[in-house]
Amino acid sequence: MTRDPRATFAATTTDLLEEDLSVALVYAEISGQYFREAERRHPERVVNVGIREQLLVNVGAGLALTGMRPVVHTFASFLVERAFEQVKLGFNHQDVGGVLVGSGASYDNAGGGRTHQAPGDVALLDTLPDWTIHVPGHADEVESALRLAVAGSGRDYVRVTGRQNREAFPVTPGRFHLVRRGAGATVVAVGPMLDPVLEAVADLDVSVLYASTVRPFDGRSLRAVLGAPDVVLVEPYLAGTSTRCVDDALVDVPHRVLALGVGRRELRRYGAPADHAAAHGLDAVGIRRAVTGFLAA
Amino acid sequence: MTTTDALAAIDEGLDHTYADVYDLMSLMTGDEKHSAAATSTLDVLWVLYDSVLDVSPGTVADADRDRFLLSKGHGPMAYYAVLAAKGFFPVAWLADWASYDSPLGHHPDRTLVPGVEISSGSLGHGLPLAVGTALGLRAQGLDSRVVVLVGDAELDEGSNHEAVELAAAVDLEALTVVVVDNRSATFGVPGRIEERFATNGWHAVGVDGRDHSLLRRALTRRRRTPGEPARPSVVVAHVEEKWS
Repeated sequence: MTRDPRATFAATTTDLLEEDLSVALVYAEISGQYFREAERRHPERVVNVGIREQLLVNVGAGLALTGMRPVVHTFASFLVERAFEQVKLGFNHQDVGGVLVGSGASYDNAGGGRTHQAPGDVALLDTLPDWTIHVPGHADEVESALRLAVAGSGRDYVRVTGRQNREAFPVTPGRFHLVRRGAGATVVAVGPMLDPVLEAVADLDVSVLYASTVRPFDGRSLRAVLGAPDVVLVEPYLAGTSTRCVDDALVDVPHRVLALGVGRRELRRYGAPADHAAAHGLDAVGIRRAVTGFLAA
Repeated sequence: MTTTDALAAIDEGLDHTYADVYDLMSLMTGDEKHSAAATSTLDVLWVLYDSVLDVSPGTVADADRDRFLLSKGHGPMAYYAVLAAKGFFPVAWLADWASYDSPLGHHPDRTLVPGVEISSGSLGHGLPLAVGTALGLRAQGLDSRVVVLVGDAELDEGSNHEAVELAAAVDLEALTVVVVDNRSATFGVPGRIEERFATNGWHAVGVDGRDHSLLRRALTRRRRTPGEPARPSVVVAHVEEKWS
Protein backbone atom coordinates (compact mmCIF):
# COMPACT_ATOMS: atom_id res chain seq x y z
CA MET A 1 0.00 0.00 0.00
CA THR A 2 1.25 3.45 -0.82
CA ARG A 3 2.08 5.61 2.17
CA ASP A 4 0.79 9.14 2.53
CA PRO A 5 3.70 11.62 2.35
CA ARG A 6 2.49 13.84 5.18
CA ALA A 7 1.78 10.91 7.48
CA THR A 8 5.24 9.62 6.55
CA PHE A 9 6.78 12.94 7.58
CA ALA A 10 5.00 12.65 10.95
CA ALA A 11 5.95 9.01 11.51
CA THR A 12 9.59 9.63 10.58
CA THR A 13 9.79 12.68 12.84
CA THR A 14 8.30 10.66 15.69
CA ASP A 15 10.96 7.99 15.15
CA LEU A 16 13.74 10.58 15.02
CA LEU A 17 12.58 12.11 18.32
CA GLU A 18 12.90 8.64 19.79
CA GLU A 19 16.32 7.95 18.26
CA ASP A 20 18.09 11.26 18.83
CA LEU A 21 17.82 13.31 22.02
CA SER A 22 19.01 16.46 20.24
CA VAL A 23 16.01 16.48 17.90
CA ALA A 24 13.11 18.79 18.75
CA LEU A 25 9.83 19.33 16.94
CA VAL A 26 8.12 22.71 16.86
CA TYR A 27 4.76 23.01 15.15
CA ALA A 28 1.84 25.40 15.03
CA GLU A 29 -1.36 23.36 15.43
CA ILE A 30 -1.12 22.01 11.88
CA SER A 31 -0.53 18.22 11.84
CA GLY A 32 -1.08 18.04 15.60
CA GLN A 33 -3.25 15.00 15.06
CA TYR A 34 -0.11 13.04 14.18
CA PHE A 35 1.96 14.11 17.17
CA ARG A 36 -0.15 13.39 20.27
CA GLU A 37 1.90 10.37 21.33
CA ALA A 38 5.25 12.01 20.59
CA GLU A 39 4.18 15.04 22.61
CA ARG A 40 3.18 12.85 25.53
CA ARG A 41 6.48 10.96 25.45
CA HIS A 42 8.73 13.98 24.92
CA PRO A 43 7.00 17.06 26.32
CA GLU A 44 10.29 18.99 26.52
CA ARG A 45 11.16 18.37 22.88
CA VAL A 46 7.79 18.58 21.17
CA VAL A 47 6.31 22.06 21.29
CA ASN A 48 3.03 23.20 19.79
CA VAL A 49 3.19 27.01 19.79
CA GLY A 50 -0.43 27.46 18.78
CA ILE A 51 -1.37 29.65 15.83
CA ARG A 52 1.80 31.71 16.12
CA GLU A 53 3.97 31.30 13.05
CA GLN A 54 6.44 34.12 13.68
CA LEU A 55 7.11 32.51 17.04
CA LEU A 56 7.21 29.04 15.47
CA VAL A 57 10.22 29.83 13.29
CA ASN A 58 12.16 31.80 15.88
CA VAL A 59 11.56 29.19 18.57
CA GLY A 60 13.12 26.71 16.15
CA ALA A 61 16.08 29.04 15.67
CA GLY A 62 16.38 29.54 19.44
CA LEU A 63 16.50 25.78 19.97
CA ALA A 64 19.26 25.61 17.37
CA LEU A 65 21.18 28.32 19.24
CA THR A 66 21.42 25.88 22.15
CA GLY A 67 22.74 23.08 19.92
CA MET A 68 19.51 21.20 19.29
CA ARG A 69 18.33 20.08 15.86
CA PRO A 70 14.88 21.59 15.31
CA VAL A 71 12.24 20.27 12.93
CA VAL A 72 9.87 23.19 12.29
CA HIS A 73 6.54 22.50 10.67
CA THR A 74 3.34 24.02 9.39
CA PHE A 75 1.73 24.63 6.01
CA ALA A 76 4.28 26.05 3.54
CA SER A 77 2.26 29.23 3.12
CA PHE A 78 2.59 30.11 6.81
CA LEU A 79 6.05 28.64 7.34
CA VAL A 80 7.96 30.25 4.49
CA GLU A 81 5.76 33.12 3.32
CA ARG A 82 4.16 34.47 6.48
CA ALA A 83 7.29 34.09 8.60
CA PHE A 84 9.89 34.77 5.93
CA GLU A 85 11.83 37.37 7.90
CA GLN A 86 12.10 34.91 10.76
CA VAL A 87 13.58 32.37 8.34
CA LYS A 88 16.01 34.94 6.98
CA LEU A 89 17.13 36.32 10.34
CA GLY A 90 16.44 33.44 12.73
CA PHE A 91 18.31 30.88 10.67
CA ASN A 92 20.53 32.53 8.05
CA HIS A 93 21.55 35.67 9.90
CA GLN A 94 22.06 33.86 13.23
CA ASP A 95 23.92 31.24 11.19
CA VAL A 96 22.22 28.25 12.77
CA GLY A 97 20.86 25.12 11.16
CA GLY A 98 17.40 23.64 11.14
CA VAL A 99 14.93 21.56 9.18
CA LEU A 100 11.81 23.32 7.93
CA VAL A 101 9.05 21.03 6.76
CA GLY A 102 6.23 22.65 4.82
CA SER A 103 3.12 20.79 3.78
CA GLY A 104 0.38 21.79 1.37
CA ALA A 105 2.75 22.74 -1.45
CA SER A 106 1.28 24.58 -4.45
CA TYR A 107 -2.28 23.30 -4.45
CA ASP A 108 -2.69 20.18 -2.31
CA ASN A 109 -5.49 22.08 -0.65
CA ALA A 110 -7.16 23.07 -3.89
CA GLY A 111 -10.49 23.67 -2.18
CA GLY A 112 -8.81 25.91 0.38
CA GLY A 113 -7.95 28.55 -2.17
CA ARG A 114 -5.06 30.96 -2.34
CA THR A 115 -4.60 31.37 1.41
CA HIS A 116 -3.48 27.76 1.78
CA GLN A 117 -1.38 27.53 -1.35
CA ALA A 118 2.31 28.37 -1.60
CA PRO A 119 3.60 28.03 -5.17
CA GLY A 120 6.22 30.68 -4.34
CA ASP A 121 7.86 28.93 -1.37
CA VAL A 122 10.91 27.59 -3.21
CA ALA A 123 11.51 30.83 -5.12
CA LEU A 124 11.28 32.79 -1.89
CA LEU A 125 13.70 30.51 -0.01
CA ASP A 126 15.94 30.67 -3.05
CA THR A 127 16.62 34.34 -2.27
CA LEU A 128 18.64 33.06 0.71
CA PRO A 129 21.98 31.24 0.59
CA ASP A 130 22.73 27.76 1.86
CA TRP A 131 19.35 26.07 1.92
CA THR A 132 19.17 22.48 0.80
CA ILE A 133 15.72 22.22 -0.77
CA HIS A 134 14.09 18.82 -0.96
CA VAL A 135 11.03 18.31 -3.15
CA PRO A 136 10.31 14.62 -2.59
CA GLY A 137 8.09 13.01 -5.19
CA HIS A 138 7.27 9.94 -3.11
CA ALA A 139 6.58 9.14 0.55
CA ASP A 140 9.77 7.06 0.72
CA GLU A 141 11.71 10.09 -0.46
CA VAL A 142 10.08 12.15 2.30
CA GLU A 143 11.47 9.73 4.85
CA SER A 144 14.93 9.62 3.24
CA ALA A 145 15.14 13.39 2.85
CA LEU A 146 14.02 14.01 6.41
CA ARG A 147 16.45 11.48 7.87
CA LEU A 148 19.29 12.94 5.83
CA ALA A 149 18.36 16.49 6.78
CA VAL A 150 18.02 15.81 10.50
CA ALA A 151 21.31 13.89 10.57
CA GLY A 152 23.08 16.93 9.15
CA SER A 153 23.70 20.34 10.65
CA GLY A 154 22.75 22.70 7.83
CA ARG A 155 19.59 24.43 6.71
CA ASP A 156 17.09 22.13 4.99
CA TYR A 157 13.62 22.67 3.62
CA VAL A 158 11.48 19.62 2.96
CA ARG A 159 8.48 20.37 0.75
CA VAL A 160 5.87 17.71 1.49
CA THR A 161 3.09 17.24 -1.03
CA GLY A 162 0.38 14.65 -1.47
CA ARG A 163 1.23 14.30 -5.17
CA GLN A 164 3.40 11.22 -5.71
CA ASN A 165 5.23 9.35 -8.44
CA ARG A 166 4.83 5.59 -8.74
CA GLU A 167 8.45 4.89 -7.86
CA ALA A 168 10.83 6.36 -5.32
CA PHE A 169 14.49 7.22 -5.93
CA PRO A 170 17.34 7.43 -3.43
CA VAL A 171 17.70 10.97 -2.07
CA THR A 172 21.10 12.27 -3.16
CA PRO A 173 21.49 16.03 -2.60
CA GLY A 174 23.67 17.58 -5.30
CA ARG A 175 23.06 14.77 -7.80
CA PHE A 176 20.09 14.36 -10.11
CA HIS A 177 19.08 10.92 -11.39
CA LEU A 178 19.25 10.15 -15.09
CA VAL A 179 15.98 8.37 -15.73
CA ARG A 180 16.05 8.30 -19.52
CA ARG A 181 18.74 9.12 -22.05
CA GLY A 182 17.86 10.55 -25.45
CA ALA A 183 19.72 12.41 -28.18
CA GLY A 184 17.73 15.62 -28.08
CA ALA A 185 16.61 18.00 -25.35
CA THR A 186 16.96 17.41 -21.62
CA VAL A 187 13.91 17.55 -19.39
CA VAL A 188 14.49 18.18 -15.69
CA ALA A 189 11.52 16.84 -13.73
CA VAL A 190 11.31 18.02 -10.13
CA GLY A 191 9.63 15.92 -7.42
CA PRO A 192 6.08 14.84 -8.26
CA MET A 193 6.45 16.10 -11.85
CA LEU A 194 8.35 12.98 -12.87
CA ASP A 195 5.39 10.72 -13.70
CA PRO A 196 3.51 13.28 -15.81
CA VAL A 197 6.81 14.15 -17.56
CA LEU A 198 7.58 10.50 -18.40
CA GLU A 199 4.09 10.08 -19.80
CA ALA A 200 4.32 13.31 -21.77
CA VAL A 201 7.67 12.54 -23.44
CA ALA A 202 7.26 8.76 -23.80
CA ASP A 203 7.80 8.81 -27.58
CA LEU A 204 10.19 11.78 -27.76
CA ASP A 205 13.96 11.44 -28.13
CA VAL A 206 14.83 13.39 -24.99
CA SER A 207 16.75 12.79 -21.78
CA VAL A 208 14.98 13.01 -18.45
CA LEU A 209 16.74 14.00 -15.24
CA TYR A 210 14.93 13.60 -11.96
CA ALA A 211 15.53 16.05 -9.11
CA SER A 212 14.08 15.31 -5.70
CA THR A 213 16.58 17.68 -4.11
CA VAL A 214 16.60 20.82 -6.25
CA ARG A 215 19.07 22.92 -4.25
CA PRO A 216 21.91 22.48 -4.69
CA PHE A 217 21.04 22.29 -8.38
CA ASP A 218 23.05 19.60 -10.16
CA GLY A 219 24.33 21.61 -13.11
CA ARG A 220 27.13 19.12 -13.68
CA SER A 221 24.75 16.27 -14.53
CA LEU A 222 22.77 18.60 -16.75
CA ARG A 223 25.91 19.46 -18.74
CA ALA A 224 27.01 15.85 -18.88
CA VAL A 225 23.73 14.60 -20.30
CA LEU A 226 23.05 17.53 -22.60
CA GLY A 227 22.36 16.47 -26.21
CA ALA A 228 20.77 19.35 -28.09
CA PRO A 229 21.23 22.55 -26.07
CA ASP A 230 17.53 22.66 -25.20
CA VAL A 231 16.43 22.36 -21.57
CA VAL A 232 12.92 21.92 -20.25
CA LEU A 233 12.34 22.54 -16.55
CA VAL A 234 9.19 21.07 -15.07
CA GLU A 235 8.74 22.28 -11.51
CA PRO A 236 5.73 21.77 -9.23
CA TYR A 237 5.94 25.35 -7.94
CA LEU A 238 6.39 28.79 -9.49
CA ALA A 239 7.43 28.51 -13.15
CA GLY A 240 10.99 29.66 -13.77
CA THR A 241 12.24 29.15 -10.22
CA SER A 242 15.30 27.21 -11.41
CA THR A 243 15.89 28.95 -14.74
CA ARG A 244 18.84 30.89 -13.33
CA CYS A 245 20.46 27.61 -12.26
CA VAL A 246 20.19 26.23 -15.79
CA ASP A 247 21.64 29.45 -17.17
CA ASP A 248 24.50 29.32 -14.66
CA ALA A 249 25.26 25.70 -15.55
CA LEU A 250 25.28 26.50 -19.28
CA VAL A 251 26.84 29.95 -19.08
CA ASP A 252 29.28 29.16 -21.91
CA VAL A 253 26.80 27.21 -24.06
CA PRO A 254 24.22 28.92 -26.28
CA HIS A 255 21.00 27.29 -25.13
CA ARG A 256 17.25 27.56 -24.87
CA VAL A 257 15.15 27.02 -21.75
CA LEU A 258 11.46 26.24 -21.43
CA ALA A 259 10.37 26.71 -17.82
CA LEU A 260 7.13 24.99 -16.87
CA GLY A 261 5.56 25.32 -13.47
CA VAL A 262 2.77 27.02 -11.59
CA GLY A 263 1.73 30.31 -13.18
CA ARG A 264 1.74 33.65 -11.40
CA ARG A 265 -1.92 34.39 -12.01
CA GLU A 266 -4.37 33.51 -9.23
CA LEU A 267 -6.82 30.96 -10.56
CA ARG A 268 -9.56 31.75 -8.00
CA ARG A 269 -10.87 28.20 -8.54
CA TYR A 270 -11.34 25.34 -6.08
CA GLY A 271 -11.83 21.69 -7.06
CA ALA A 272 -9.08 19.07 -6.79
CA PRO A 273 -5.27 19.23 -7.19
CA ALA A 274 -5.57 17.53 -10.59
CA ASP A 275 -7.74 20.43 -11.81
CA HIS A 276 -5.03 22.88 -10.83
CA ALA A 277 -2.29 20.77 -12.41
CA ALA A 278 -4.25 20.83 -15.66
CA ALA A 279 -4.94 24.56 -15.41
CA HIS A 280 -1.24 25.29 -15.03
CA GLY A 281 -0.32 22.92 -17.85
CA LEU A 282 1.38 20.53 -15.45
CA ASP A 283 -0.50 17.37 -16.38
CA ALA A 284 0.90 15.03 -19.04
CA VAL A 285 -1.22 16.61 -21.77
CA GLY A 286 -0.14 20.15 -20.91
CA ILE A 287 3.52 19.22 -20.57
CA ARG A 288 3.49 17.37 -23.89
CA ARG A 289 1.87 20.27 -25.67
CA ALA A 290 4.42 22.73 -24.29
CA VAL A 291 7.44 20.50 -24.94
CA THR A 292 6.53 19.60 -28.53
CA GLY A 293 5.83 23.26 -29.25
CA PHE A 294 9.19 24.26 -27.79
CA LEU A 295 11.11 21.58 -29.71
CA ALA A 296 9.39 22.49 -32.98
CA ALA A 297 10.06 26.18 -32.60
CA MET B 1 41.09 58.99 34.26
CA THR B 2 41.70 59.87 30.63
CA THR B 3 40.38 57.74 27.85
CA THR B 4 43.86 56.46 27.11
CA ASP B 5 44.36 55.50 30.73
CA ALA B 6 41.04 53.72 30.78
CA LEU B 7 41.97 51.72 27.71
CA ALA B 8 45.31 50.81 29.18
CA ALA B 9 43.78 49.76 32.49
CA ILE B 10 41.18 47.60 30.79
CA ASP B 11 43.56 46.03 28.36
CA GLU B 12 45.85 45.10 31.22
CA GLY B 13 42.97 43.33 32.91
CA LEU B 14 42.94 45.78 35.80
CA ASP B 15 39.81 46.62 37.69
CA HIS B 16 37.52 48.81 35.72
CA THR B 17 34.56 50.83 36.74
CA TYR B 18 31.22 51.98 35.51
CA ALA B 19 32.82 55.35 34.76
CA ASP B 20 35.23 53.68 32.33
CA VAL B 21 32.26 52.72 30.20
CA TYR B 22 31.55 56.40 29.54
CA ASP B 23 35.06 56.76 28.13
CA LEU B 24 34.66 53.69 25.99
CA MET B 25 31.37 54.94 24.63
CA SER B 26 32.89 58.30 23.87
CA LEU B 27 35.39 56.49 21.66
CA MET B 28 32.47 55.45 19.48
CA THR B 29 30.24 58.48 19.66
CA GLY B 30 32.87 61.21 19.82
CA ASP B 31 30.50 62.86 22.26
CA GLU B 32 30.96 64.10 25.79
CA LYS B 33 30.38 61.78 28.70
CA HIS B 34 26.95 63.17 29.46
CA SER B 35 25.80 61.85 26.10
CA ALA B 36 26.93 58.34 27.02
CA ALA B 37 25.15 58.58 30.35
CA ALA B 38 21.92 59.39 28.55
CA THR B 39 21.90 56.06 26.72
CA SER B 40 18.76 54.29 27.91
CA THR B 41 20.21 50.79 28.15
CA LEU B 42 23.54 51.63 29.80
CA ASP B 43 22.70 51.02 33.44
CA VAL B 44 20.76 47.82 32.84
CA LEU B 45 23.62 46.45 30.76
CA TRP B 46 26.24 47.38 33.31
CA VAL B 47 24.37 45.82 36.22
CA LEU B 48 23.70 42.63 34.24
CA TYR B 49 27.30 42.08 33.20
CA ASP B 50 28.86 43.44 36.41
CA SER B 51 26.89 41.51 38.97
CA VAL B 52 24.01 39.41 37.63
CA LEU B 53 24.84 37.21 34.63
CA ASP B 54 26.96 34.10 35.01
CA VAL B 55 28.97 34.58 31.83
CA SER B 56 32.50 35.80 31.20
CA PRO B 57 34.99 35.90 28.32
CA GLY B 58 36.19 32.48 29.42
CA THR B 59 32.75 30.89 29.36
CA VAL B 60 31.19 32.29 26.16
CA ALA B 61 31.14 28.82 24.62
CA ASP B 62 30.03 26.90 27.72
CA ALA B 63 26.69 25.16 27.34
CA ASP B 64 25.58 26.18 30.82
CA ARG B 65 26.44 29.91 30.62
CA ASP B 66 23.73 32.46 31.21
CA ARG B 67 22.45 33.96 27.97
CA PHE B 68 21.89 37.67 27.41
CA LEU B 69 20.08 38.52 24.19
CA LEU B 70 20.03 42.16 23.10
CA SER B 71 16.86 42.27 21.06
CA LYS B 72 16.79 46.03 20.71
CA GLY B 73 19.89 46.11 18.56
CA HIS B 74 19.65 49.80 17.70
CA GLY B 75 22.15 52.04 19.45
CA PRO B 76 24.47 49.24 20.61
CA MET B 77 27.28 51.55 21.83
CA ALA B 78 26.54 50.87 25.49
CA TYR B 79 26.43 47.12 24.80
CA TYR B 80 29.78 47.16 23.01
CA ALA B 81 31.33 49.35 25.70
CA VAL B 82 30.20 47.04 28.50
CA LEU B 83 31.37 43.92 26.64
CA ALA B 84 34.74 45.55 25.99
CA ALA B 85 35.03 46.71 29.59
CA LYS B 86 34.39 43.15 30.72
CA GLY B 87 37.02 41.80 28.36
CA PHE B 88 34.88 39.99 25.78
CA PHE B 89 36.81 41.70 22.98
CA PRO B 90 39.65 44.25 22.77
CA VAL B 91 38.72 47.85 23.51
CA ALA B 92 40.76 48.79 20.46
CA TRP B 93 37.84 47.55 18.36
CA LEU B 94 35.69 50.44 19.52
CA ALA B 95 37.48 53.34 17.89
CA ASP B 96 36.73 52.44 14.28
CA TRP B 97 33.37 50.79 14.89
CA ALA B 98 30.99 50.55 11.95
CA SER B 99 33.88 50.88 9.49
CA TYR B 100 34.04 48.33 6.70
CA ASP B 101 36.69 46.27 8.45
CA SER B 102 35.19 46.45 11.94
CA PRO B 103 33.27 43.54 13.48
CA LEU B 104 31.16 46.11 15.32
CA GLY B 105 28.20 47.39 13.32
CA HIS B 106 25.28 49.65 14.07
CA HIS B 107 23.46 46.41 14.86
CA PRO B 108 25.41 43.55 16.49
CA ASP B 109 26.31 40.35 14.64
CA ARG B 110 26.79 37.24 16.77
CA THR B 111 29.10 35.67 14.22
CA LEU B 112 31.50 38.61 14.43
CA VAL B 113 31.52 39.67 18.09
CA PRO B 114 32.57 37.40 20.99
CA GLY B 115 29.93 37.36 23.70
CA VAL B 116 27.08 38.50 21.46
CA GLU B 117 24.37 35.82 21.60
CA ILE B 118 22.09 36.99 18.78
CA SER B 119 22.37 39.17 15.73
CA SER B 120 19.70 41.80 16.09
CA GLY B 121 18.45 45.01 14.55
CA SER B 122 15.05 44.09 13.18
CA LEU B 123 12.66 44.48 16.10
CA GLY B 124 10.55 41.73 17.57
CA HIS B 125 12.92 38.81 17.04
CA GLY B 126 14.87 38.63 20.31
CA LEU B 127 12.08 37.56 22.63
CA PRO B 128 10.87 34.72 20.37
CA LEU B 129 14.50 33.60 19.98
CA ALA B 130 14.88 33.76 23.77
CA VAL B 131 11.83 31.54 24.24
CA GLY B 132 13.37 28.96 21.90
CA THR B 133 16.69 29.26 23.70
CA ALA B 134 15.08 28.74 27.10
CA LEU B 135 13.15 25.74 25.79
CA GLY B 136 16.36 24.27 24.36
CA LEU B 137 18.26 24.71 27.61
CA ARG B 138 15.44 23.17 29.60
CA ALA B 139 15.18 20.20 27.25
CA GLN B 140 18.89 19.57 27.84
CA GLY B 141 18.56 19.82 31.61
CA LEU B 142 20.57 23.06 31.80
CA ASP B 143 19.64 25.53 34.51
CA SER B 144 21.00 28.66 32.82
CA ARG B 145 19.07 31.91 32.72
CA VAL B 146 17.99 33.63 29.54
CA VAL B 147 17.72 37.40 29.84
CA VAL B 148 16.47 39.38 26.85
CA LEU B 149 16.42 43.17 26.57
CA VAL B 150 13.66 44.82 24.55
CA GLY B 151 12.61 48.43 24.19
CA ASP B 152 9.13 49.67 25.08
CA ALA B 153 8.49 50.68 21.47
CA GLU B 154 9.75 47.32 20.29
CA LEU B 155 6.76 45.76 22.04
CA ASP B 156 4.65 47.28 19.25
CA GLU B 157 5.75 44.27 17.21
CA GLY B 158 3.10 41.57 17.46
CA SER B 159 5.66 38.77 17.40
CA ASN B 160 6.49 39.64 21.03
CA HIS B 161 2.96 38.90 22.11
CA GLU B 162 3.06 35.45 20.57
CA ALA B 163 6.14 34.83 22.73
CA VAL B 164 4.73 36.36 25.92
CA GLU B 165 1.75 34.03 25.82
CA LEU B 166 3.73 30.87 25.08
CA ALA B 167 6.45 31.55 27.66
CA ALA B 168 3.87 31.74 30.44
CA ALA B 169 1.91 28.74 29.15
CA VAL B 170 4.99 26.50 29.28
CA ASP B 171 6.27 27.87 32.62
CA LEU B 172 9.58 29.24 31.32
CA GLU B 173 10.94 30.22 34.71
CA ALA B 174 14.48 30.68 33.40
CA LEU B 175 13.37 33.50 31.11
CA THR B 176 13.58 37.15 32.13
CA VAL B 177 12.59 40.04 29.89
CA VAL B 178 14.00 43.46 30.63
CA VAL B 179 11.98 46.21 29.03
CA VAL B 180 13.92 49.46 28.90
CA ASP B 181 11.07 51.94 28.90
CA ASN B 182 11.93 55.40 27.65
CA ARG B 183 8.34 55.96 26.58
CA SER B 184 9.20 55.95 22.91
CA ALA B 185 6.28 53.75 21.85
CA THR B 186 3.62 55.33 19.69
CA PHE B 187 0.29 54.79 21.48
CA GLY B 188 2.09 53.74 24.67
CA VAL B 189 0.14 53.88 27.92
CA PRO B 190 1.98 54.30 31.25
CA GLY B 191 1.83 51.13 33.33
CA ARG B 192 0.43 48.99 30.56
CA ILE B 193 3.60 46.98 29.95
CA GLU B 194 3.68 45.59 33.50
CA GLU B 195 -0.08 44.97 33.38
CA ARG B 196 0.10 43.18 30.08
CA PHE B 197 2.82 40.78 31.19
CA ALA B 198 1.12 40.20 34.56
CA THR B 199 -2.20 39.48 32.85
CA ASN B 200 -0.38 36.87 30.80
CA GLY B 201 0.86 35.14 33.94
CA TRP B 202 4.32 36.66 34.30
CA HIS B 203 5.95 37.95 37.46
CA ALA B 204 6.19 41.67 36.71
CA VAL B 205 8.00 44.51 38.44
CA GLY B 206 8.81 48.09 37.50
CA VAL B 207 12.04 49.69 38.65
CA ASP B 208 14.08 52.86 38.24
CA GLY B 209 16.27 51.99 35.27
CA ARG B 210 19.09 54.21 36.54
CA ASP B 211 19.34 52.89 40.09
CA HIS B 212 21.99 50.17 40.18
CA SER B 213 21.04 48.68 43.50
CA LEU B 214 17.35 48.48 42.60
CA LEU B 215 18.21 47.04 39.20
CA ARG B 216 20.49 44.48 40.78
CA ARG B 217 17.79 43.35 43.17
CA ALA B 218 15.17 43.14 40.40
CA LEU B 219 17.43 41.35 37.93
CA THR B 220 18.97 38.81 40.28
CA ARG B 221 17.46 35.39 39.76
CA ARG B 222 14.20 35.07 41.65
CA ARG B 223 13.51 32.08 43.81
CA ARG B 224 9.87 31.16 44.02
CA THR B 225 8.01 31.81 47.20
CA PRO B 226 6.29 28.72 48.63
CA GLY B 227 3.22 27.86 46.57
CA GLU B 228 4.15 30.23 43.75
CA PRO B 229 3.85 28.68 40.28
CA ALA B 230 6.84 28.55 37.94
CA ARG B 231 6.59 31.53 35.60
CA PRO B 232 8.77 33.83 33.55
CA SER B 233 9.53 37.31 34.82
CA VAL B 234 9.68 40.80 33.42
CA VAL B 235 11.53 43.80 34.78
CA VAL B 236 10.41 47.13 33.35
CA ALA B 237 13.30 49.57 33.74
CA HIS B 238 11.96 53.09 33.55
CA VAL B 239 14.32 55.77 32.25
CA GLU B 240 13.95 59.36 31.03
CA GLU B 241 11.51 59.92 28.22
CA LYS B 242 13.27 59.71 24.87
CA TRP B 243 11.66 62.70 23.25
CA SER B 244 11.45 64.99 26.31
